[in-house]
Amino acid sequence: MTSTESVSSFTSFPPAAGARIMSLGGYQPANVVTNDELAARVDTSDEWIRSRVGIVSRRVAGPDESVADMAVVAGGKALAGSGLSPADIDLVIVATCSAEAAIPNTSAVVAHRLGIVAPGAYDLNAACAGFCYALATASDAVRVGTARHVLVIGSEKMTAWIDPYDRSTCIIFADGAGAAVVGPVADGEPPGIGPVVWGSAGDMASKIAIPDRRSYMYQEGQAVFRWATTTLHPIAAQACERAGVDVSDLTAFVPHQANLRIIEAIARRLGVPRERLADDIVHAGNTSSASIPLALSRMAERGEAKAGSPALLLGFGAGMCYAAQVVTVP
Amino acid sequence: MTEQEILAGLGEIIEEIAGVPADEVTPGKSFVDDLDIDSLSMVEIAVAAQDKFGVEIPDDQLKDLTTVQDVVNFVIKNAGSSA
Repeated sequence: MTSTESVSSFTSFPPAAGARIMSLGGYQPANVVTNDELAARVDTSDEWIRSRVGIVSRRVAGPDESVADMAVVAGGKALAGSGLSPADIDLVIVATCSAEAAIPNTSAVVAHRLGIVAPGAYDLNAACAGFCYALATASDAVRVGTARHVLVIGSEKMTAWIDPYDRSTCIIFADGAGAAVVGPVADGEPPGIGPVVWGSAGDMASKIAIPDRRSYMYQEGQAVFRWATTTLHPIAAQACERAGVDVSDLTAFVPHQANLRIIEAIARRLGVPRERLADDIVHAGNTSSASIPLALSRMAERGEAKAGSPALLLGFGAGMCYAAQVVTVP
Repeated sequence: MTEQEILAGLGEIIEEIAGVPADEVTPGKSFVDDLDIDSLSMVEIAVAAQDKFGVEIPDDQLKDLTTVQDVVNFVIKNAGSSA
């Protein structure tokens, strides 16, 4: 018995040399909320919001539109784009921190609604870093052989947890979903999802929090800004190094769309030119774990992120969780 | 580090981060009212000042530093302890 066979005997599929993103999909609610609309409700202005966070408008889900509803649409698009059938998906991971309820998990519900029968299904909460965490675990599952094809979705209804009268949060957070289908690379091909560099800073966990189920979200903007602009660019650089990709070769840098000034500062420190920085936040707002796949799918659709070229993803947020990896744009 | 050196260093930092010409960064100026610098730029200035002067300016003390002179005084007062 070879070592490969002994590994296979514990798993469902042959191990893969590497994993890749096969397709992407995104969904945004129809309702656009402008800065002027917010300024009519709280003491702020279009100019103030644009200068502080770089957001011009954001999308907000309807009262009956759930995290699962948005995940189904984004996941369905990614599945259609992959050319696979629902029966080919073995594992569904939904990254979310804003689900309406803790039980049942969102992923099992979403899988059922997409016609994916009896997959492994779990939700993953690493807040705004959730999509990158989920992508890393999906890649590992494919490489080891516990799954062949994985549907990874980031879906968030952040506005359900935001005080509509708190101007420090209501101007930033929004709703949406983004998804990717992850599968094995062809024999002899290099991995399309590079090594993840991840971590957390639980000592700062109180800086972004929803203290209990009756509370709204709270964040200490200055502390988060300082943390994000000083600690994350070396993490992103390390992800490039581990993937063997030079920063100058990136077709796109897609950080979590937290705040335009944060991501511009990180890009500057990393040496990524402004035109390669994803700035989806301007019209999407901060959609937590959905922001990276939403931004990446849009950049890929528009040809701003070139198919077959490396893009750097960087998730970061509450729990002060962070994760970065280089992926090949599908 | 003399007061003049700190002021000159702070001028360079503010010019780079906020685009305010260094020669406008004079002791009596208020960051918000005179130099149009907001709270997030203040964080960036504090981080750059830490790199340049070796003095950490925590967020809870940053809010009390409203003028250029306040920052200069803070750096002078704390330079010995963290250098």
